This record gives sequence, C-alpha cells and structure tokens, in this order.
Amino acid sequence: MSKIYRITKGLDIRLVGKAETVVTKAPLAEAYALKPADFQGLVPKLLVKVGDKVKAGTPVIFDKYNPSIVVVSPVSGEVTAINRGERRLLLEVVITPDQEQQHETHEVGEIESLSREELVAKLLASGCWPFFKQRPYGVLANPSNTPKAIFISCFDTSPLAPDFETLVRGDEESFYKGVEVLKKLTDGMVHLGVSAKFASPIFEKTKGVTVSKFDGPHPAGNVGTQISLVSPINKGDIVWTIDPQHVVSIGRFAQTGTYDVQKTIAAVGSEVKKPRYYKIIQGATIKNLLEGGTSTDKKVRFVSGSILSGTKISAEGFIGFYDNMLAVIPEGDVSEFFGWALPGLDKFSFSKSFLTWLMPNKEYVVNTNYHGGERAFVMSDVYNKVFPFDIYPVYLLKAILAEDIDAMEKLGIYEVVEEDFALCEFVDPSKIEIQAIVRKGLDLMIKEMS
Amino acid sequence: MSLRSYLDKIKPNFEKGGKFEKLQSTFDAFETFLYVPKKVTTHGSQIRDAVDLKRIMSVVIIALLPSLLFGMWNVGYQHARSIGELDVWNFWQLFGFGALKVMPIVVVSYGVGLGVEFIAAQMRGHEVNEGFLVSGMLIPLIMPVDAPLWMVAISTAFAVIFGKEVFGGTGMNIFNPALLARAFMFFAYPSKISGDFVWIAGLTDGKGIVDGFSGATPLAVAKSNLVEKLPSAYDMFMGFIPGSIGETSTLAILIGAAILIFTGVGSWKIMVSVFAGGAAMGWIFNLIGINPYMELPFYYHFIMGGFAFGAIFMATDPVTGAQTEVGKWIYGFLIGFMAVLIRVFNPAYPEGMMLSILLLNTFAPLIDHFVVESNIKRRLKRAKARA
Repeated sequence: MSKIYRITKGLDIRLVGKAETVVTKAPLAEAYALKPADFQGLVPKLLVKVGDKVKAGTPVIFDKYNPSIVVVSPVSGEVTAINRGERRLLLEVVITPDQEQQHETHEVGEIESLSREELVAKLLASGCWPFFKQRPYGVLANPSNTPKAIFISCFDTSPLAPDFETLVRGDEESFYKGVEVLKKLTDGMVHLGVSAKFASPIFEKTKGVTVSKFDGPHPAGNVGTQISLVSPINKGDIVWTIDPQHVVSIGRFAQTGTYDVQKTIAAVGSEVKKPRYYKIIQGATIKNLLEGGTSTDKKVRFVSGSILSGTKISAEGFIGFYDNMLAVIPEGDVSEFFGWALPGLDKFSFSKSFLTWLMPNKEYVVNTNYHGGERAFVMSDVYNKVFPFDIYPVYLLKAILAEDIDAMEKLGIYEVVEEDFALCEFVDPSKIEIQAIVRKGLDLMIKEMS
Repeated sequence: MSLRSYLDKIKPNFEKGGKFEKLQSTFDAFETFLYVPKKVTTHGSQIRDAVDLKRIMSVVIIALLPSLLFGMWNVGYQHARSIGELDVWNFWQLFGFGALKVMPIVVVSYGVGLGVEFIAAQMRGHEVNEGFLVSGMLIPLIMPVDAPLWMVAISTAFAVIFGKEVFGGTGMNIFNPALLARAFMFFAYPSKISGDFVWIAGLTDGKGIVDGFSGATPLAVAKSNLVEKLPSAYDMFMGFIPGSIGETSTLAILIGAAILIFTGVGSWKIMVSVFAGGAAMGWIFNLIGINPYMELPFYYHFIMGGFAFGAIFMATDPVTGAQTEVGKWIYGFLIGFMAVLIRVFNPAYPEGMMLSILLLNTFAPLIDHFVVESNIKRRLKRAKARA
C-alpha cells in the first residue's frame, strides 16, 4: 500500500471553466517557438539563424555555461523569426513547420545495457535533457550531478488544472518506458505522487517506483509540497523533478530514438467557449487553436501554465515548454467603485471578509485585477495558512529582501521554488510580488554558491 | 459628468509635474478609497484574492462598533448617574449626550492621525497606508471621556510619528500605535488619565454631582481593597461602569471578538492565551491571598478595566504581536499574566493592561526569534541525521 500524506494548509480556488474530458487532436499549428525564459538557469546561445532548415530534434539553443545542454526544435521546418527584447534579450525562436515532418534519429539500443554516462550523453544529444529540473533553485538539472531521488507529481491541484491521467492516456507504455530510463539516472528512488481523493490507475500501476498519495487542498499537487513531505531537501541534497508528459517523451525517445514532444494540454477558463483538451506539439502557437474561440465581448488574458504561476502570453503567443494548460480569464483593468467595501458576492477570497464561505461549491470568474495597492507586510499570519512547508514564509521572504544569504539558507530556501509561494502571493492582502522575491532569492543563492 | 471621469480629468494635476504634485499621495488615497485601482497583474500569480488591507481594516472597525456604540450610551448613562437624573433621561438622551462627547475625540484622533499619515506618505512617495483607520478608532475608545481634545491630538501625533512613521510606516512599527498614544498621555498628563474624576463626563468640573457619588473605576475600587464596594459582576460584564470609552462592556467586546475570530482577522490563539495568562496569575494570587484584592475571583480581572479590550483588539495586532503560531501562545499568555501582576502590585496606577501589552510588544520579536531558531535547529538536525 502506498503511504498517504495529508496536508491541511492550503486553498482550493474554485474557478469557472474546467475542461471537459474531450480530447481533440489539433492540426499542425502555424508556428512553433522556443522561449529561453522557460528555462531557469539557462544562458541561451543560438545555433541557428533565420532561414535555417531544422528537423524535429535539431539543436536550436545551447547553454553558454554547460554547452552539452541543448534545446531542440519540436518540429521540422524553417526558422522564420528570432525575436529579441530589450538589450537584445532573446525572447523567442519561431519555427514555421513543414507539412511533412522529419525527425533527427539517434541510436538508443537497449536501455538496460547502457551505462549511466552513455544514457546521459544520449539524453543530452537528443534534447530531452531540459525536461529535468533540479531542486534546490528550480533550475535545469546539471548533467554532472546524480540526484538523490527523482520526483514526479502525477496530479495537479491548482485552479482549473488538467487531469493528468487524461494527459498520458494512450501513451501508457511510453510512460512506463520513460520511468525505466529515470531509474537509471538516480541512486535513490523514483517517486510518483498521486491524489488520495481519486484513483489514478495508470500511474499507480507503474513498476519499481515509490507511489505516495497526497490528500488536502492545493498545493498538495505541487511537486515541491510532495518532496517536503516525503524527503525534504537538506543542504547539499539534489533532487530532480519532471513532468509526466516529459516522461512520456523520454519513453518515446527510448522506443524510437526520436524527439517527439506531442502532448495534451487543457484549454480552460471562464472565457474559453469550449473548455476541453487538445493534442498539440510542444511550443505551438495558440492562434486558431481553440474551437469556438474565446469571449469576444471583453478583453481577455491568455496564460500559458497555471493561473497561479504561469506566463502571460498574447493571443498569438506560444505554449510554454513545461506547461500543460492554457487558461483564458478576463482582464481586470477596470476601476471598481467602492470595490473594497461592497459585499462582493461574486468575488473569490480566502478571507472570510467576503461571503465566499457562504457558497462552498460556487465557481467564480476571477479577473487579473490586483484588488488593492501594494503595502508592507501587515497581516503576518495569513501566508502561513496556505503554506504547508515547515518553513516560516515571512521570515524567509524578509531574509531574501535583506539579501542575507546565511539566513536564507537557515530558513529553508533550498526546499522551495517560486510556485510553492504562489498561494501566498494570491492571498496576500498587501499585494506583494512574492514569487518574484523568491526567484530573486534563488538567483542570489546560485550566484553565492557558484 | 460621472465621478470617475471627473477624477480622470483632475488626475494629471496631481501627477509628477502637475500643479498639485505635492498632494499626489493624498489624491491617490482618495481615489483608491472611491475606486479599487485598475492595476492588473503581469507576472507571478495572474489572479489575486479580492481582499486588501482596506477590507481587513474595515472588518476591524465593524468589530469595534459594538464597543463604540455602547461606549457612547455609557458615557451618557454614567453622566446621568453622577447627577442623579438617571430616571429622567431616556435612552436617546443618554446616547445622544454620549455621542456628542465621544464624536469630537474620534474626529480629532482621525484628523490628526490621518494628517500625519498623508504627510509622511507624500514625503516618502508611497501610497497612504490603511493602518491608521483602525488606530484612529482605537485611540478614542481607550481614552477617558473627559480627556482634553488637544491632549488627544498631541498624543495621537506622537504615537503616529514616533510610534510608526519613524520606523517606516504601517507594518514596520514595534509598538501598537494606539496604546502608545495612551501611554504618552499617561506619562505626559497623568492627572488627566487617572483618578476618580476623568472617567465620567462633567465630573472634572464638579457641577451638580449627587452627594456621595464616586466616579472611581472598579479597578481603582479594587486597588483600595474596598472589594465590597465593587459593582456586581453582571454590571461589570455588561459595562454599566465608569472607565475608558470603549473598554467597559465585556459583552460588546466579545461581539467584536466573534467577528474578528470568524473572519480570521484577529488571532484567536492570542485572545485565548491572554485570558489564560490572566486566569493563571489571578489564581496564583488567590492562593497567596494576603489582601482582599488578591482574593478576588480571577475572572473579575477580565471584566474590570481594559483587560478584555486589550486582549481582543490590542494584543492581536498582527504587526506588533508575535507572528509565529507557537510564539502567539507565549506572547498572549505573558500579556495576561503580566497585566494582572501589574494591576495588583503597581502602587501608582490601577490599570496594567496597557503597560503589559507594550512590554510584550518589546519582547514579541524575541519570542519569535526563539521559535524560528527551533525551526532552524530542526532543519539542521534533519540534515545531520541524513548525512
């Protein structure tokens, strides 16, 4: 029997627009993109220029400080744009796909007979390496490390999150194959986290791994929460995390020798006409993706990834490398008359100063407004109520603001990444940019420790 | 023209380079009071909770209303009692008399405090913080009704400037600003906040008082060991006694406590532990029992003076109180414990709650430090066990 872990601190945010369990295969998109900002810790160097032809699996970007790490093209086609921002910061490499898709192929052979080094070399060359994220710091995994464990969260509790069984259904064999690969990469265990509230037959059938069940509100499904309960990260520890759909891609690589990042995403949110699942290739533009489109009578926000820690993208933007969902919610750029004083029956709030508590099953339409101005930390105990770690969040945040490396280390910075603080940021009545502060702290630590 | 378009029209005057550039924070404060700003998220969490500090502060003010309204009525009631006309005045006369006495103090407190806040915000180029909305209401409620308005003004200004702004504003202060205002008054003008005359409107002038009437608070009575002269526990619980404006009715305070606990704005842990600490000390005194005051049942301390008011509205301040969950129990317990100790042993002044909370405000960071330190040790131990 798998062990059950329970958390009580947290918050389930109930929003309108959960995906129906209908999976539509999207046609080839107009364009695909790689966004270096998706990869924390990567200093991008280009390997292509506009006009170059690439295949699915052709390296496009490499890491300046770790040149063996490459990010490869998800499709075959032509590099049609390289978009830069301020100070020539590389934003997007856009690839227009060919009608006939061609793949780079690698010799893989039998996984069982490969040494760990050979396997790492193959994963690096294939472009599968960036699937692995490392903790501490939430950056790309370093190929020269061996992690003490690999964690895979197989469910998501964030608002409107997709059902992960739906995401990997049909790819079970690739998933199991991918897990076999992962097992060779760590000295310790491969940990799968599943929900205690519903059955996950696909994940629970995985062999040779530790399956743990997690019960409670969001962030029970965050991999960071699961690590902190199963085997918290101490100074010097390294663990890796990976998304189940990327495990599937590694499995496909092991089976066929090609880089195949076909994945399923959920299109959700109150402004999506038909919330449902779409099968796409990673990095696809969302232009023309949604059947039935979105609400046209108001301004909307497109978010790639979780609403609580995803990225704002344009109506013609691209799905992020690690993202399993596209959310569309109303923009909130209206000033509301006495908004803070009204009863607010239609507003979602963690605090009981709104009447949200009266309607425990109601789903809400939430827009992107801050609902208040930024202030200093005042309500010092609200953060703790949604933060299931054995860490004092305000103390850690203040240590980061003071740039006190020693205190950050003592207070537990190794155990967290931005998304672990997403709920703190959401409920914060002082409207502080908490996730940005955490990232700043992690970057400081990396600088200090290198 | 709608209010919104009027605001949009005059707004440029208050922005950088505008005619009233120096009033930018003030304009912003009024604008955001009327309208929640239209600022939207750009990164991090794309959605934010509907709550903000204005909302939270409003909850505290609503929780204070029972005490304020009862206080107004009680001011009238005590006055009528002192001149022996209790059976002549009807409810509205009592309430109206009190309201006329209390409202000026409220107005002065808000006027002075917000004035200082607006100036400080402008000097720093910040938005005006909502913290004073609560302090401005707390200050009148812990003042004697006969406190001269100019003293209220000076005390408030002192508390806001030296208690809050010098530390960096709301969220950075060490002492509870409202209590600091009272402490300032207490040390600067002791005769206006102690004795038997200041607690009832009109007594200071001494006109028309019934023979033999004393305006002493129950605490002062107990202090003189005249326990047989104490009002009944029922009267003290309901609040039909002299005292600071908002502190007399334990019942009204408990209604406020219910609001704070339900909404999660005030920490129930601190409230409960303050009462536990008070009970513990009261019980120890019962055991010693060398004078009649010590022999009072412990719960008398809860219904006399400002104990309940301090426990519910002052000790629970999320900025100046302990911030760790374990720390809250210790902090609250010590407040109650010290308050009763000071009450019984301090020869000069019968009330101990104010000094006790201010004392523990000083120690709250230390208490938290030890709690956080134990968390750090736990983390190090875990690392060692694994290594």
